[in-house]
Amino acid sequence: MKEKILNLLKKDARLSASEIADRLATDVATVTAIIGECEKVKTIYGYCALINEEAFDKPPVRALIEVSVQPERDDGFDNIARKISKFTQVSDVMLVSGNYDLQLIIIGDSLQDIAGFVSSKLAPMDGVTSTRTHFMLKKYKECGFTAEDGEDYDRLSVTP
Amino acid sequence: MSNNGQSKWLARHIAALPRSGIRDFFELVNEMDDVISLGVGEPDFPTPWGIREATIYALEKGHTNYTSNLGLLRLREVACDYVAANFGIRYHAAAECIITVGVSEALDLILRAILNPGDEVVYHEPCYVSYAPSIQMAHAVPVPVQTVESAAFALEPDKLEKAITKKTKAILLNFPNNPTGANLSFEQKKQVAQIAVQHDLLVITDEIYAELTWGEACQSIAAFPGMRERTIFLHGMSKAYAMTGFRIGYACGPPELIEAMMKIHQYSMLCASIVAQEAAIEALRNGRADMEAMKEEYYQRRNVIVKRLNDMGLHCTPPEGAFYVYPNITCTGRSSAEFAHDLLREHKVAVVPGVAFSSAGEGFIRCSYATSMKNIEEAMARLAKFIAK
Repeated sequence: MKEKILNLLKKDARLSASEIADRLATDVATVTAIIGECEKVKTIYGYCALINEEAFDKPPVRALIEVSVQPERDDGFDNIARKISKFTQVSDVMLVSGNYDLQLIIIGDSLQDIAGFVSSKLAPMDGVTSTRTHFMLKKYKECGFTAEDGEDYDRLSVTP
Repeated sequence: MSNNGQSKWLARHIAALPRSGIRDFFELVNEMDDVISLGVGEPDFPTPWGIREATIYALEKGHTNYTSNLGLLRLREVACDYVAANFGIRYHAAAECIITVGVSEALDLILRAILNPGDEVVYHEPCYVSYAPSIQMAHAVPVPVQTVESAAFALEPDKLEKAITKKTKAILLNFPNNPTGANLSFEQKKQVAQIAVQHDLLVITDEIYAELTWGEACQSIAAFPGMRERTIFLHGMSKAYAMTGFRIGYACGPPELIEAMMKIHQYSMLCASIVAQEAAIEALRNGRADMEAMKEEYYQRRNVIVKRLNDMGLHCTPPEGAFYVYPNITCTGRSSAEFAHDLLREHKVAVVPGVAFSSAGEGFIRCSYATSMKNIEEAMARLAKFIAK
């Protein structure tokens, strides 16, 4: 039941406990209790909307940054990843396999803003050995959703 | 019709076929704008992209020719593997399987292959609209057994047995059922199988909704003792894999029957579209995750629609499978046709009157939940207003 509730919330975080209960043929109290527990233990650690930021008067600028770091003897990548995560400009931090170690998404007001963050904050950090910045030009899909309308096709209105 | 002089050309058994009860209603719905339709018997999901992409690739590779009359051997092999893994019975791909243009064609083929004029086929109503006409087009006699709400629309073995005569040649089953959503339990299948063996009858089992089972899934009736040699198992890609327009079905059964079906198919259809057959291979090999995601969505919609209907006072047996609910509307005092017409005119919601699926379908409507949750919630809100009036 817990995983079913979590999967529903992943697809639509605005579903009420009552809607979830109806869909899963259970009662509201069960759903509320499970969600409450998940929030408490941080299985659910936030809710956010997927926004097409092109609609903003001044759309923010995003960059994907590949960061190579020197892991620490006791903490591996965790300590430096946590430090990087504390910057408000940093939206996402992932440890990845491959040619670099951490993949970040940085949000800023302008290209200069992001370039400034990388050169004055990120690159000089102890343990960071190199960075490579890719500015995002257009987003096509995020968290399983696309900003464009879905496929429209005609079905017959009544079929046996 | 008899006045225009054309009917003299018609074969008597075709002229005698009634028009599908659903067609007049369909014309009415089509004339209206902004209708929320719960009348659709096909998935609202487009075919998963991986399957469509494989179809395009097949075209790019120039797979545009005829196939064997039986269908691509590669498809028959994956279909037989799929049946073995999911239905508990292993068929031989080369001799015991034929690819058809949907289950509808497969049903027509087996009926024409086995029936002599005057033979009887026992089937259960309410059912898919083609069963009785298909039997009649094969010059045989359809013998319906009514399934009832009090038995959760399952086929009751004693009623089945009473309908059997010396002329009975076959029993035609469709579980999970369109339009009731009913299914048969292991025990019920076992009893039907015993009756078939005892009376030496062929069983034709249309299991097109099999993946969409909400209760406990169990093996096909073909897998019960003594049934393999007397069962034609019909399945296809349309419902679970959202591939209605590809028109791919298949039949598995004893080699002599498949061979006879192949003869009719060879001279009438030749083969199913090769592009669609390639799509079916991709679906059966790699489409499971997409299918399971659609299934989960149907299940949630089913829970919502059953609750809404019962909450508003229309008794609705929770369906065991398929994507239909079949609520009882007798408390409204309307006939099922009046109910459907009034609901459409006053609130622009389309449902199908029960009489379209059975002469005894009065008092019920079929609502399909193969439409978005948003549409279901809106349709249920309108239906509640309609009932409360």
